[in-house]
Amino acid sequence: MKFLLILTFIALMISLIADKKKTFLGIKKGFKMFLGLLPTVLNVLILVSVFLYLVPKETLANVLGKNSGVLGFGIAAVIGSISLIPMFITYPLAAILLKSGVSYRVLAVFITTLLMVGVLTLPLEAKYFGIKTSIIRNVLSFIGALIIGLVIGIFL
Amino acid sequence: MKKIIARIAETEYILVILFGIFIVGSRLVNFTPAKTIRNNFWLFFVEMITFLPFMFILVGLFDVWFPKERVEKHIGEGSGIKGTIWCILLAMLQAGPLYGAFPVAYLLWKKGCSIRNIFIYLGAFSTLKIPMLTFEIGFLGLKFSLLRTLVTLPIFILIGEIMEIYLRNKNFEIKQPELKKKG
Repeated sequence: MKFLLILTFIALMISLIADKKKTFLGIKKGFKMFLGLLPTVLNVLILVSVFLYLVPKETLANVLGKNSGVLGFGIAAVIGSISLIPMFITYPLAAILLKSGVSYRVLAVFITTLLMVGVLTLPLEAKYFGIKTSIIRNVLSFIGALIIGLVIGIFL
Repeated sequence: MKKIIARIAETEYILVILFGIFIVGSRLVNFTPAKTIRNNFWLFFVEMITFLPFMFILVGLFDVWFPKERVEKHIGEGSGIKGTIWCILLAMLQAGPLYGAFPVAYLLWKKGCSIRNIFIYLGAFSTLKIPMLTFEIGFLGLKFSLLRTLVTLPIFILIGEIMEIYLRNKNFEIKQPELKKKG
């Protein structure tokens, strides 16, 4: 996150030097948008927190670790689609899974669905794109993730 | 008092308030699952609060500094492969989970970005962010990351094409969640 902080800081500095008034207007606009989104984000985070309690990551590792075949591939895709796991948990978890014998194919589909498909964040997405478009995007991304997993499985 | 309750119920914060009551209540009766849920929430909340406000500052600055005509020329209809590359580069420079990309997508749309490029932006944002890639390389190795990137790139460009074809004549619009006005 340091990266984004630095980027924002540099952009702010340049903007302030160029035009103070415009800069404050921009910040105000950004802040307003943030407040508009905040309740939905908080609601989603609450749902995800409860979900992650019901399906803890030890269970995830267990299920994926035992089934590395077609079944594991399917389970990984479904779990990845539903879950929302912060990056700093996803990758350490993926590294552990890899060491415990999970194939790259399963790992790739798990990571890609986690990144591109968001069932739990669907209400949030629908606020912007409408529910139908959001569902189509997620379904396409899900199919795409399956293909990505299979292709990576051929090479690794 | 009744009025205040009614007003809160009208807003979207009702679940947040119930959640707060649940957490505090669980503490009083020592309901242990609540501890895990609270810790989970805290983790997500920290992740969110350390990136989303900055993201919105950037979005706000972008909004005031880049006029629609200029953005449209670069990433709008008929901007071709160059527009796509711009969108991917923009996405790679960002950080955070996918939901952080939606407000940017809204802004890009408002500024005249083509439908195709908006969905390519979302694809690149979710899978090719540089901060994320460095993390991925660290844990899973360069080979995996490189291969995943190469395979993913054509897939989300294809998704962009499909979305464009599907939404072309459907009066597609991206909305912005508004602050609910009181009263």
